[in-house]
Amino acid sequence: MSVALPSADIARALTRIAHEILERNGGSENLVLLGIPTRGAHLAVRIASIIEGIESKPISVGTLDITLHRDDLRLRPPRAIMPTKIPPTGIENKDVVLIDDVFFSGRTIRAALDALGEIGRPRTVQLAVLVDRGHRELPIRADFVGKNLPTSLEQSVRVHLSEIDGIDEVVIDKAGEA
Amino acid sequence: MKHLLSINDLSESEAIAILDTATELARVSDAPMKKLPTLRGRTIVNLFAEDSTRTRISFEAAAKRLSADVINFSAKGSSVSKGESLKDTAQTLQAMGADAVIIRHNACGAAHRLATSQWMSGTVINAGDGTHEHPSQALLDAFTLRKHLMHGSKNLAGIHVAIVGDILHSRVARSNVLLLSKLGAKVTLVAPPTLLPVGVASWPATVSYDLDEVMPHIDAIMMLRVQSERMDELYFPNAREYSRYFGLNTDRVKRMKKESIIMHPGPMNRGLEITADVADSARSVIVEQVSNGVSVRMSILYTLLTGEGIQAGALA
Repeated sequence: MSVALPSADIARALTRIAHEILERNGGSENLVLLGIPTRGAHLAVRIASIIEGIESKPISVGTLDITLHRDDLRLRPPRAIMPTKIPPTGIENKDVVLIDDVFFSGRTIRAALDALGEIGRPRTVQLAVLVDRGHRELPIRADFVGKNLPTSLEQSVRVHLSEIDGIDEVVIDKAGEA
Repeated sequence: MKHLLSINDLSESEAIAILDTATELARVSDAPMKKLPTLRGRTIVNLFAEDSTRTRISFEAAAKRLSADVINFSAKGSSVSKGESLKDTAQTLQAMGADAVIIRHNACGAAHRLATSQWMSGTVINAGDGTHEHPSQALLDAFTLRKHLMHGSKNLAGIHVAIVGDILHSRVARSNVLLLSKLGAKVTLVAPPTLLPVGVASWPATVSYDLDEVMPHIDAIMMLRVQSERMDELYFPNAREYSRYFGLNTDRVKRMKKESIIMHPGPMNRGLEITADVADSARSVIVEQVSNGVSVRMSILYTLLTGEGIQAGALA
């Protein structure tokens, strides 16, 4: 196991992502941040509070569970369904930023786009991820990336966040490592 | 977990996981768009060899909200009424590629037979087998109890539920006793001695013959239908005496705790085990049980029908 991103780097990456989101969208007026549970939801809350600190006004933040839209449900054990909380402003004509921890095959994001389509029609959908580890299986890319981590398929990338794991770090496990 | 035949198939944590998933799925039922792609392309057969309203349409609604294809099959109007056996019916369903069969049958153990024989390979869900079990009803009752009485707690620890009436013929009672006690609730069965099954002393529940004595102590009361169609002999002198001793009426409800709720799995015999004004009162959650039934059955289908490709070795 090796630590690819220590706590301070994660904080810096999130701050930069927050600034980039604001720059791209010209402020936080029309933004809705939606985190993908579990860790994406916590990252969304963190990025929201950084943006609120910069803009000095509240921003809409929520969660979007994509489990029921996954295309690999038959191939994996049943997953717990996590809450979806759409902010009261809704997503209609908003600039929605999806936030996830690790960007890998792109299938989670495809499922998220399907899930969004059932809730409403955002003006734009953007994607922010803490780690992009490559190996895309679908034509999907991220707009905001905390860190590009080139990995092999045998490795696994895990994001630990203090809200759940008690520590902020991104670690890479070699194949066979626990 | 591949089949749901009995509450005994579930551990406490599995039962809680089904209730938690149902809680999230309940929001789908409230959303303007009531459909999810989760079970797209799967075929689910409703095999109902015994009459049913709620359970059948509830499973059908649940399957359709998850985008599965539903085939309804009732004994009346099918070859079962010509004497076709369960085996031949099952093999027909297998040949049609049914991924899951939801079976209601008047013979105890019919679902178990279907699941353990080699007649078909799909998932089997017991939707009531004779007087044996009705696990999906117990899960929706537990869901309703948890929603009204537990205020965020995951299990049912500390609450006291009375199940009243025709315990002898009730698969709902049997499944509920098993599930509610598994989740930590105290269960009291109230019935005339003639309507209690042999061996009830070994169930994880206490027995009382006096409904009035039980009323002030309980958090929920579950009234059971008097199943006249299964009664081949006289179990109580007459209907009037039964409702006087074991029926739920306004006077009895007044003696219940303030927050307590009234449940009935349906169909009701209004005027026999429950009076009409009690059934329609503000404390009654009988109609809500039906809508909760759809969420809980969606959760059951989701839990049983995802991940079965693993056994086929399809995981890359």
